[in-house]
Amino acid sequence: MNATNPLILLVAAIFTHNIALVYILGMCPFIVISRNFKTAMGMGVAIIFVVTLTAIIIWPIYWLILVPAHAEIVSYLIFIVVIAATVQLLEMLIEKFFPPLRSSFGIFLPLITVNCIVLAVLLFMVLRKYDFVQTIFYSVGTSAGWALAIIIMAAIKEKMMLVSDVPKGLRGAGITMIIAGLLAFAFMGFAGMITLQ
Amino acid sequence: MTAILIMNAILAVIAILLVIAEKFLVTYGECRITINKEKILTVDGGDNLLSYFAQNKIFVPSACGGKATCGYCKIEILSGGGSILPTEEVFISRKDRLRGVRLACQVKVKNDIEVLISPELLSAQEYKAVVAKILDLTADIKHVFLKLEEPSAISFKPGQYVQFKIPETDEFRAYSVASRPSQDNIVELIVRLVPNGMCSSYIHEVLDINDKIALTGPFGDFYLREDSTRDIVCIGGGCGMAPIRSILLHLKEKNMPRKVTYFFGARSKKDLFFTEELFMLSKEFPNFKYIPALSEPKPQDSWRGETGLITQVVERTVVGNGHTEAYLCGPPPMIDASITVLTKKGIEDIYIYYDKF
Repeated sequence: MNATNPLILLVAAIFTHNIALVYILGMCPFIVISRNFKTAMGMGVAIIFVVTLTAIIIWPIYWLILVPAHAEIVSYLIFIVVIAATVQLLEMLIEKFFPPLRSSFGIFLPLITVNCIVLAVLLFMVLRKYDFVQTIFYSVGTSAGWALAIIIMAAIKEKMMLVSDVPKGLRGAGITMIIAGLLAFAFMGFAGMITLQ
Repeated sequence: MTAILIMNAILAVIAILLVIAEKFLVTYGECRITINKEKILTVDGGDNLLSYFAQNKIFVPSACGGKATCGYCKIEILSGGGSILPTEEVFISRKDRLRGVRLACQVKVKNDIEVLISPELLSAQEYKAVVAKILDLTADIKHVFLKLEEPSAISFKPGQYVQFKIPETDEFRAYSVASRPSQDNIVELIVRLVPNGMCSSYIHEVLDINDKIALTGPFGDFYLREDSTRDIVCIGGGCGMAPIRSILLHLKEKNMPRKVTYFFGARSKKDLFFTEELFMLSKEFPNFKYIPALSEPKPQDSWRGETGLITQVVERTVVGNGHTEAYLCGPPPMIDASITVLTKKGIEDIYIYYDKF
């Protein structure tokens, strides 16, 4: 098992090992949904919810069922199906019991099923042999880091809409990539504080 | 081996969980769908509007089957539909959004809901028909005669289309009616064999005389404007012949009250059809002119008519007089090019009606 302190994992996942800006994962919604602050918030919250929940469900399935039975070979399949089922269930629950939540982040839930960071968190969890508590802290940290990145991006883009004259060819995805690059530079400033293995 | 067993066990558990969850969570009780303030459907909520319409024999057109990719099932929601989803935004203009236009396949019915459907769609219904005759028009185009049985007559505007249900499937394909509206018990279709096209290959290879099939319709806002007195320019290519033939046959019955010029584009002489019928029509009525044009005439065609792309012929021939309207039907590139030419000739785009396929 991995001996890293869970709190350090949390901070590392948000800042030094930010999944969007350091690992460059989860780019599709990062580029497309970051057009305005409100939707970015919704997407961010939805990601935190789904990533944490799936990690909590998958950890016991992997370590208590798949590993003892030497069935790691099917783990990818199981992960993906469990993610899809969890999202589906979550959507039903939200629609039934918290209808106001649906309009704020419920519509993003189906989009998250195919988001790579949900799977990435599970794979890192397996690869780095996190225990259950570490997994919770790591998944909250990672998804919060991704949410932070998309919210920063949306805020910058909203501001830029008002003040910057972006050349025609760069509008949309082009300028988003450049901003993402600059943000990644900024996050490099955190590097070296913590090393994860 | 154990891996596979375990995987199946886990997947089964998940599937059972989902089924149970769906049973207990997705119930909204009875919801009422009010259509055009008069008709009320009472349904068990939880599904989308489009499927309730289909269950109640209201035929809102849809080509993608509820995946929000075709954008055909537009309707207006007065109340109870919630806000527009990101999946629909591509299809609905800003102006329409304010009016409450939505895609029926994306609106989940969770409470009482009030909608507006154009009356034309409400008049669309299902027809049971039997194949009366199939003729070959060219090597890859067939002329199909469908005799309506239940109901036994259809009322449509010349230019509109019907949807042909592919037997044994839930798939529909749209075909323009090629016959005149007054012949209300036999619907004629013109079907070109599309490579790998599910419906056209069915019609070309499987469909036989006396087969029983189902149609829904009529649909479409491409039809002859009868309250207008403007001159008419028709441009057709391939099966674009169908709706224009319907318009021409209808005008023929009215003794061709308006000046009509019909341009038909084909590759070579073997791709022309109804040629005799149309030339006869032009002999009968001096008001009507048929101008077929071949883009690649073969030497053995000994073609003496117009040559070149249909748009070039239109450019050479049409004289804009500010009192003309146009009906275009054919492949999208042909229509786009024709619209450019016609606008150059001074025909306003509100008087250019078209049907792309």
